[in-house]
Amino acid sequence: MPDVTELTLHSAAAALARKDLSSVELCQALLDRCAAVDERVGAFLHLNREAALADARASDDRRATGQIHGPHDGVPIAVKDNLAVAGEPCGCASGILDGYTSPYDATVIAKLRSAGLVLMGRTNMDEFAMGSSTENSSKRVTANPWDLARVPGGSSGGSTAAVSSGSALAALGSDTGGSIRQPAGFCGVVGLKPSYGRVSRYGLVAYASSLDQIGPLTRDVRDSAILLQLISGRDPQDSTSLSEPVVDYAAALGQRDISTLRVGLPKEYFDVEGLSSDVRHAVEAAAKQFEELGAELVDVSLPHTEYAIATYYIIATAEASANLARFDGIRYGFRDMDAEEDGLLEVYRQSRAKGFGTEVKRRIILGTYVLSSGYYDAYYLRAQKVRTLIRNDFLNAFRSCDVVLAPSAPDIAWKRGEMTSPLQMYLADIYTISANLAGICGMTVPCGLSSEGMPIGLQVLAPVLGETTMLQAAYAYEQACGGAWCPPEL
Amino acid sequence: MTGAEPEVNVSDRPDLQHVDVRYVAGLARIALTAEEQREFQGQLDDILDYVGKLTELDVTGIDPTAHAVPMANILRDDVARPSMDRDHMVQNAPASVDDAYVRVPAVIGEEH
Repeated sequence: MPDVTELTLHSAAAALARKDLSSVELCQALLDRCAAVDERVGAFLHLNREAALADARASDDRRATGQIHGPHDGVPIAVKDNLAVAGEPCGCASGILDGYTSPYDATVIAKLRSAGLVLMGRTNMDEFAMGSSTENSSKRVTANPWDLARVPGGSSGGSTAAVSSGSALAALGSDTGGSIRQPAGFCGVVGLKPSYGRVSRYGLVAYASSLDQIGPLTRDVRDSAILLQLISGRDPQDSTSLSEPVVDYAAALGQRDISTLRVGLPKEYFDVEGLSSDVRHAVEAAAKQFEELGAELVDVSLPHTEYAIATYYIIATAEASANLARFDGIRYGFRDMDAEEDGLLEVYRQSRAKGFGTEVKRRIILGTYVLSSGYYDAYYLRAQKVRTLIRNDFLNAFRSCDVVLAPSAPDIAWKRGEMTSPLQMYLADIYTISANLAGICGMTVPCGLSSEGMPIGLQVLAPVLGETTMLQAAYAYEQACGGAWCPPEL
Repeated sequence: MTGAEPEVNVSDRPDLQHVDVRYVAGLARIALTAEEQREFQGQLDDILDYVGKLTELDVTGIDPTAHAVPMANILRDDVARPSMDRDHMVQNAPASVDDAYVRVPAVIGEEH
């Protein structure tokens, strides 16, 4: 039995194909790893021990009779707690969804199932994906596998920590303002946010609908390409999903001549207050690596960068206040029964007061305010106009380059409890939120360690539907750096 | 109707740096403790002060972006399909009657 902490999705698939191991053995080994480390890491909220082993057994039976559903049949994967899986809880790490089970599969889940993947469990997150550290989970603490006193990042902190700690080979997360790319950087794994519309959002609990995308967290770029291909495509259930054909991203990985690649470095990104010198040096070294591979480095400008956070926190909270209006204690989840005698309005007010955590309430109130009568034009409409300016910045930048390099965060993962002001935490999202506002794709790959021995993430950004080029650039960089996944000591 | 809506006048010129947390929480149907109200007041004032930087920009003539990848009028055929399983949906409700209906407090007809 190989060490599961060293496997990738594609190496596991190859081992299954060679019959070096069975899906049941693989699944059991991951559950064992989880039992050994997850009490300390806290990545999972819910493990499907029996169901996963039963699905693994079914996969082994398919393989024995030559009827596998594809090359990744039998490979286990973890999913974030905001993705609907029929019959499973879908709690968004919130108290307000206690007792709820999904009546249907999200489109991405249906796609994974039809490819034969095994769903091993649900991972922790910031409640309703609102946060950058997973400290806003109402369910449990998730630690960074590289230093248990530090946060894993967020909001997909559970998915990221599961992959980083060896309990999962790969996981799905969601990214509204960096919730895949920022934790990937903090935990030394690969995280990809597809272009808006590349992946169906059907069955993803909505936070900010014009920004949300589902994407993979993996141990290497090849796995990221494989999973992206499995989950992408037009879906009649999500009218914002794009009909452009899905590329065989994994097959395309080595097909780019890097000497034809123009790599943009936005000058504003290196003037950000709070950019640590370790992160700056790591990203500069990565740019140099691209140059050594033959790529051309190009100075570009994203002049509205300093307005991105303000724009994001108006648009995202406005959309959230509307999306989360459905959690009212009536049709699903938690209801404050004691409030019933005081009438319907009190049921709403008390169920939401007791069911939602602090950050969710804060964002709903902010979003309600910016949409409220007399303030709409000043905040929401203005933010939508600035969003146009930010989008235009990227359209202009991508006229002179194919990809843009950026840090995934200004600094390494902070210590749990260290970030006390909400605004201070929002400001740390500076490098990731613009991609969501502009609808472009972005991914994080590891690019070294800080002086404290913590991972640093390099972001590669590409235009809308530029996933192939983005993955090719990330792959070339990963291969140049040695390419091997390196698990933390636990 | 049950429960009283908090009444607050919104002035003609919005005060852009100050949220009336109590009023807005009322609109959002969230009951806040006095402590939460105090905490949110300061934090939201800070956040609004920060997002006020958007007023530095001249956005005259700029179209708003609602979705980053422009698309319009995505239509589908109006075909009847099976709906979600009713039993499962009712089981998800925090209170039900006869395993068939969602139980809710009276919406109309109450005196207060």
